[in-house]
Amino acid sequence: MSSPATAQAPERAPLLAFDKKTRRIAIDPMLDNNPVTVQVLGICSSLAVTVQVNRALVMAAAVTVVVTFSNLVISLLRNYIPPSIRIVVQLAVIASLVICVDQILQAYLYDISKQLSVFVGLIITNCIIMGRAEAFAMSNPPWQSALDGIGNGLGYGLILVVVSIFRELLGSGTLLGFQVVPQAAYDLGYADMGLMVLAPGAFIILGLLVWVQRSLTGYTEA
Amino acid sequence: MELVGLALQNIFVENILLAYFLGMCSFLAVSKKVETAVGLGLAVIFVQLITVPVNWALNHFLLADGAMAWAGLGDVDLSFLVFIAFIAVIAAMVQLVEMVLDRYSPTLYNALGIFLPLIAVNCAILGGSLFMVEREYTFWESVVYGFSSGAGWALAIVAMAAIRQKLLYSNVPPGLRGLGITMLTTGLMAIAFMAFAGIQL
Repeated sequence: MSSPATAQAPERAPLLAFDKKTRRIAIDPMLDNNPVTVQVLGICSSLAVTVQVNRALVMAAAVTVVVTFSNLVISLLRNYIPPSIRIVVQLAVIASLVICVDQILQAYLYDISKQLSVFVGLIITNCIIMGRAEAFAMSNPPWQSALDGIGNGLGYGLILVVVSIFRELLGSGTLLGFQVVPQAAYDLGYADMGLMVLAPGAFIILGLLVWVQRSLTGYTEA
Repeated sequence: MELVGLALQNIFVENILLAYFLGMCSFLAVSKKVETAVGLGLAVIFVQLITVPVNWALNHFLLADGAMAWAGLGDVDLSFLVFIAFIAVIAAMVQLVEMVLDRYSPTLYNALGIFLPLIAVNCAILGGSLFMVEREYTFWESVVYGFSSGAGWALAIVAMAAIRQKLLYSNVPPGLRGLGITMLTTGLMAIAFMAFAGIQL
């Protein structure tokens, strides 16, 4: 494989531009074009890892890293990937990145890595990553693609953190493991909502979140 | 009998979609019509039934810590390669199944249509194989697990498609149409499936 520098030669645009248009690439996915609530990508993991805020934060960081680097690598390779086998090439790139992330998590955050269990591996099949590689990185230069990756990763992380805040606060009365609901409230008869910790809570919170977000942005499905 | 219990547990109690959220993307995208949902459900059962045991063998004889002892390489631990090996097996199996079906059963091939290639990136399939490793199933357990997790997924998507066809006639608030109402319905369905939780076999 020839060096990445030659791959960028045909592009006229400055390599690290940060004008208004490139800024939009990174900011759009956070609200107007959010990968989870608008593009409907990556729902699985956004539900499974949101029981506690700290798991959601780690997962969001992992996905952001993977989607940024996969977009970057695939964008650098985009002129060399034969169209007929591009899915396999993309999967190989993504799987290698996920292996790196998984090894790092196991080395430095072993407890959380155990709690996330199979969901770290499932970043490979997270549709956000394939979707952005296919829809953006295959046809855009590396810098823009990396920004798009960061934007989508953070947009995904935003939803993850919001859902997990609701679930942890209502489900176990804590945030990031610290007790938030005061003991006095429990003495007065307040009880944690066990449903939030279980699977249905995730579906319902995300459904309501989608409703709020779409009412604000005015986006509707036919 | 234990295997029957395992199957029932994975179809109803620990439904791969409603309890572990795997395969949500295709669940949301393909649950608009009952016929297509049935087609995709069957395809998932089929692929799951093949890939979980194949990945079991791969893990057991090549990748797990000390698995290569039969080749005199007992101290080799390739378990970090699990992800890339499994996804390769899944992609290859999906391709193979597609070609075999095309050759020997064109009716089934046409019925499944575009859903077969889609399955390669369905997280229920990769998730099934990863759960199989994490829960340390034996070979026959992995066969049963492959079938029952696929069947549980199929059950959920067919039920959802039926509900969504009914939903067409209801007046849903604009912001809730599509994804929102589907998520809420899935939540209610998950609550219903939790009723199976106490059953022990």
